Amino acid sequence: MAKDSIKVRLPGLGGQGAVTAAHIAATAADTDGYFAVSNPFFGAEKRMAPSESYARIGTVPIYDRGEVIYPDIVMIFHPQVITMGKSYTMPFYAGIKDNGLVIINSDIDLLTDVDKKILADKNVKVLTHDFTRFAIEQAGTELATNMAMLGALFGALGTISKPAIEEGIKDRFLKKYTASGGTATLDSVIEKKFKKKQELIEKNLLTASAAYDLTAAWAKEVGLEPILEPSKHNNGNVKK
Amino acid sequence: MASIKDMTDTHNWSGQKLVTADHMLFEAPREKHFMTGSEVLKEAVKRCTVDASVSYPITPQSEAAHLIGELWAEGYVGTYFRGENEFGVMSEVAGCAMAGARTITTTSGPGTLRAMENFPQWSGTRIPCQLILMARGINSPLTIQPDNLEVSFMLETGCMIWYAENVQELFDMSIAAFIVAEKPDVHVPIITVVDGFFVSHTRESVMLPADDIALLPYEPYKSPLPPIDSETPPGRFLRDPFVMKSNYISYATHASWQWEVRSAVERSRPYAKHFLKGLVHVTGTPDAEIAFVTCGTASHQAKEAERELMKHGIKTKVIKLRTIRPFPKEELLAELEGVKHIFVPEFNVVGWLEKEVKTALHNNHTAKVIGGPRVAGGMSLPAEAILKEVFEHINVEGK
Repeated sequence: MAKDSIKVRLPGLGGQGAVTAAHIAATAADTDGYFAVSNPFFGAEKRMAPSESYARIGTVPIYDRGEVIYPDIVMIFHPQVITMGKSYTMPFYAGIKDNGLVIINSDIDLLTDVDKKILADKNVKVLTHDFTRFAIEQAGTELATNMAMLGALFGALGTISKPAIEEGIKDRFLKKYTASGGTATLDSVIEKKFKKKQELIEKNLLTASAAYDLTAAWAKEVGLEPILEPSKHNNGNVKK
Repeated sequence: MASIKDMTDTHNWSGQKLVTADHMLFEAPREKHFMTGSEVLKEAVKRCTVDASVSYPITPQSEAAHLIGELWAEGYVGTYFRGENEFGVMSEVAGCAMAGARTITTTSGPGTLRAMENFPQWSGTRIPCQLILMARGINSPLTIQPDNLEVSFMLETGCMIWYAENVQELFDMSIAAFIVAEKPDVHVPIITVVDGFFVSHTRESVMLPADDIALLPYEPYKSPLPPIDSETPPGRFLRDPFVMKSNYISYATHASWQWEVRSAVERSRPYAKHFLKGLVHVTGTPDAEIAFVTCGTASHQAKEAERELMKHGIKTKVIKLRTIRPFPKEELLAELEGVKHIFVPEFNVVGWLEKEVKTALHNNHTAKVIGGPRVAGGMSLPAEAILKEVFEHINVEGK
């Protein structure tokens, strides 16, 4: 049964853009009239160190703050989250709710038989896909992995529109944005790579959109039940 | 960068139209934005005609301090500089405020403790400066995460303490804080607390008025103590500390001044009541026999739990305390009428809010106070943990 609010946990490695993905996810959901909140989990900021962020989306006001301990959806941005335990919670699916969803960015299946049984008993669907390769194919850079993961999330949910995702991406890259030193550096690297911001946004959108289609088709194929109920447009946004 | 102009009767130095706090907080039309607590603090300071800010970096408040610096670069804040360390910062804040400047600073956890001597000194000199405290655990072992034990160290400094629940409240409270602190019959420092990360780094929707308006400036000559007057207490205390001479005059002066500072904090009540729309806010079932008494993020977590408990048919209510000093004793007791079980969820190991609640209830109320659930060191407090605590203590039919 679709819920009135869901919690998404996004563990990745420093530099992969899991924080940015959660930010854009919440902005996109907000654009589509949902209540939405995003936040990072902070440790020392380092490339390749564990980095985790969270997004909460619902048709009711969201009070819950901090780390998501009982997620509906877990998005694994890097195989090392599982293979090297670069995660704030072990195993990576700790606390996952019944009828949940796990999306793993990996070129090989990383789940043990025990993992598979636990998740199957909770009716949690798992999608393992090489979203880094996907990002390289779509945008020409592994730095767009987070956009692929973002698109994958929304494709599986099916209740947040592509124009809203576009709004979220534009909001993040066009507005003056306060970022930590590390994030600002990565932003400038990716900006140089794409020469123009517009090109960056287009490539990001393309990647997110293609990943959306991929998981939407997968969700249909495996019979994924709706996780989040449709927006009630009750979050106070002025209808455009 | 905004050009810097002379202050006029109608506009401040950055060209913003001057308005009353009532207009800013209650009348000016608002638009929806989506931002973090650090970002919203910049928006609040931008609208407050702030004369001075002093900063020093410490997680999780570094970003907020940095953003106030941007406001200075953009011409909205009169002066801005970095102190030598937090002790230096709080001393320099005192200097700015004593000179008649509307002054704000931010700190967290270990920074707060390093600066500790300054806080009772602030209240003793009756400066109306504002500290935004983004609560973080106290070392050691090292943590940068949200844990609000540090607030317990601030309770008896003679400063007012308000506690904001989320990004929206941080915006509204930090604006109202200046106005209430600067009232001539109050005129004490104010500490506006939020939980680090849970508010500072959390991105959510917030309603803001336009940024072409700003608060009327601070008027130091309405202050009960003229700015930097070395001949009149407390300026005189600092320069020529006659209280150091051990005699009855000095004891009496010190004692009466301590009482006066605390009375001043109490005199803030009607103003705080007006600008905060009440010292406590209540959500949930009005006649519930189970109540959560909370402040800050714990209020949010309790509201989540209240909603879940309702699905189990259990009526509860959340009594959110918006001011800690003054402590809203009368308001709390009024809301507790008919309540039999009180839970005090907290983000620290000692349960300082539980102690405050029990002190207020002593000989005034018979409800059972359960100090918990508590988490610390930066842990989150999911609604599931609150539900577990409630089920353990309350005999619920069918549970």
